[in-house]
Amino acid sequence: MRIELPQVGESVTEGVIGRWLKSVGDSVEKYDPLVEVVTDKVNMEMPSPVSGVLTLILADEGDTVPMGSAIAEIEVDGEEPPAEPAEEDIDTTGVLLKDTAPVGPTGSGGPIAAPVEEAPSKRRRYSPAVQRLADEHGVVLSQVEGTGMGGRVTRADVQALIDGSRDAVRAAPECDEERLPLTPVRRMIAENMVVSSTQIPQAWSMMEVDLTGLVRRRNEIRDDFERRTGVRLTYLPFILKAVAEGLRENPLVNSSWAGDSILLKRRINIGVAVAAPDGLVVPVVHDADRLSVAGLAEALDGLTGRARRGGLAIEDVQGGTFTVNNTGALGSVLSRPLVNPPQAAILATESIVKRPVVIDDAIAIRSMMNLALTFDHRVLDGSEASAFVSAVKRLLESIGPDTPVY
Amino acid sequence: MTVLEAVREAIHEEMARDERVFVMGEDIGARGGVFLATEGLMDSFGEERVIDTPLAESSIAGIGLGAALNGMRPIAEIEFADFIWPTVNQIVGEAARVRYGTNGRMCAPMVLRAPYGGGVRGGLYHSQSVEAFFAHTPGLKVVTPATPYDAKGLLKSAVRDDDPVVFLEHKRTYRLVRGEVPQAEYTLPIGRADVKRSGSDVSVVTYGLMVHHCLEAAEELAREGVEAEVVDLRTVRPIDRCTVVDSAKKTGKIVVVHEDTKAGGIGAEVASIVSEEAFEYLDGPVVRVAGPEVPPMPYSPPLEEMFMLDAPKIAEAVRRLARY
Repeated sequence: MRIELPQVGESVTEGVIGRWLKSVGDSVEKYDPLVEVVTDKVNMEMPSPVSGVLTLILADEGDTVPMGSAIAEIEVDGEEPPAEPAEEDIDTTGVLLKDTAPVGPTGSGGPIAAPVEEAPSKRRRYSPAVQRLADEHGVVLSQVEGTGMGGRVTRADVQALIDGSRDAVRAAPECDEERLPLTPVRRMIAENMVVSSTQIPQAWSMMEVDLTGLVRRRNEIRDDFERRTGVRLTYLPFILKAVAEGLRENPLVNSSWAGDSILLKRRINIGVAVAAPDGLVVPVVHDADRLSVAGLAEALDGLTGRARRGGLAIEDVQGGTFTVNNTGALGSVLSRPLVNPPQAAILATESIVKRPVVIDDAIAIRSMMNLALTFDHRVLDGSEASAFVSAVKRLLESIGPDTPVY
Repeated sequence: MTVLEAVREAIHEEMARDERVFVMGEDIGARGGVFLATEGLMDSFGEERVIDTPLAESSIAGIGLGAALNGMRPIAEIEFADFIWPTVNQIVGEAARVRYGTNGRMCAPMVLRAPYGGGVRGGLYHSQSVEAFFAHTPGLKVVTPATPYDAKGLLKSAVRDDDPVVFLEHKRTYRLVRGEVPQAEYTLPIGRADVKRSGSDVSVVTYGLMVHHCLEAAEELAREGVEAEVVDLRTVRPIDRCTVVDSAKKTGKIVVVHEDTKAGGIGAEVASIVSEEAFEYLDGPVVRVAGPEVPPMPYSPPLEEMFMLDAPKIAEAVRRLARY
């Protein structure tokens, strides 16, 4: 039986074969982990869909494979070795065409000029001309800076290097630099951030929030909470709770620019940026507005744990409608994150710092935090953005000894 | 001189040079041809050599073939290429096979002229491009000139050629395109392309009316820093492989442009030649810019404009490939 790389989620089109966990000749039980697959979004272990003996591996470690293509063959227990595929029973006499819908252009027709697709990245796709030139002149292509579409190395790039009209690294790189190949995650982040910074007009707004009440409330219950739930209680679930309510009050912030319209999202799915070993991942707390502080704490604990272990499932990272970037965890007091397309805004929650603050003309020491919102100015203006941040601020500052947690 | 005048002059000169040459077709005599390509020939050469035929294309081609087999040099005209189909048996089924079928003992030195192409509000029956059908046939030569100079020099060669030549004149170039033609006698070789504009970035391979649109697009692109080389095939059978492949090797990027519909067209042939003979020089996909997959040229003016290519459409395709 031919084993295909399964479709693991929308917008995921290819995966990189990681480590094979079984070798040719190994017997495999159904659901045994077969191979590690690295996608743009998550790493996963692919379970065997059948029991049998692994007879052939078709994709080597490191290969990039489109979803749905064959990666291995397993001789299924109790099944004859695969025979030639049975001939399909095709009626070659044809049918009378009636009640059929036109199928549009056929053959190699189609649009007047087939567009040269702008694929996301062509860095490691070399045209025949480029390969021939590089071979003839001993140029190491992985070290040539591409100026073509999607970073493609063009014939002109190689020629310029050969002519000496451009400085680039030649064969035998002995220099003070080291080139790191991109991981799929890094590439995905890079592409998203380029889209964000080049296609979204972003504005930024920051407010100071007094979290003294929150800090007290959390400190008061944290030990009890941990005993009862086994989860460490941080400030973040309180903040997410306020953000979710703020989004409900200001639905425009929970939306996407859709070219000719704005798409309001009914569900409030908050992505939380987490530093993982491979780079940034943004697991999503789905329907955050329906969870209590305790519920949010548990959801966050599960997601961040899986993120750091590299064990996120594809559902864990999909469907986000808004992002919270908890830069405070990194020690930052002020940052300006980039909107995570296609979302309309991203909120940075900074470090909580004790500072002298004027209250009723007296100076008090309060636990202060900066809340910084970057937003898509096509969707939101300053008034809506500020209304949202103000709502979050109001909700956070109203946390007191009676604020429910469970 | 216009393309039309160049055609007329070529026929006149060849008839004066060789008395075996005669013309035949619908309305070509007293009327001078529907486009006046044969105007004045009857006065110069008389009814014996300028023959008005009945409205029957199969007999125009058949009589032409018979005359050619008997030592004459006919120039048979089909009034519009749209009506060329009744000649297919005579031309594809017979004329193209004469030399092979007689083991070289006989030949069919005939020219079948036909105005073709759209952009003239000719609708479904006066606008088609037919070159791909004939270009598929070994034993034929298919010539598609774009300029007065090429039209005259190639038509004279076609008349002198010992094998059948389908000579397709784009009717929109007849009066639209002017160009210089030498006073002195000259001919141009069939099967040789001409680099109409030299460039280093992208090769644009084309023929017929589109040569002019491609040159216009190339000028527009030059202002953006993209240097396009425009290769005019001039003959679509046989295709000048050397010139096409040389240009492909030079630029590494090829766009083939024709007014005719895309699938199975000349563009497919050029793309195959390039990938067979210049694969290692290609720095991007071979791109075809061609008419849409619609059976005839539409009658409605906006739809005809959509069907026809122009400089902006061509420039956009070249620009994209240049960026690749």
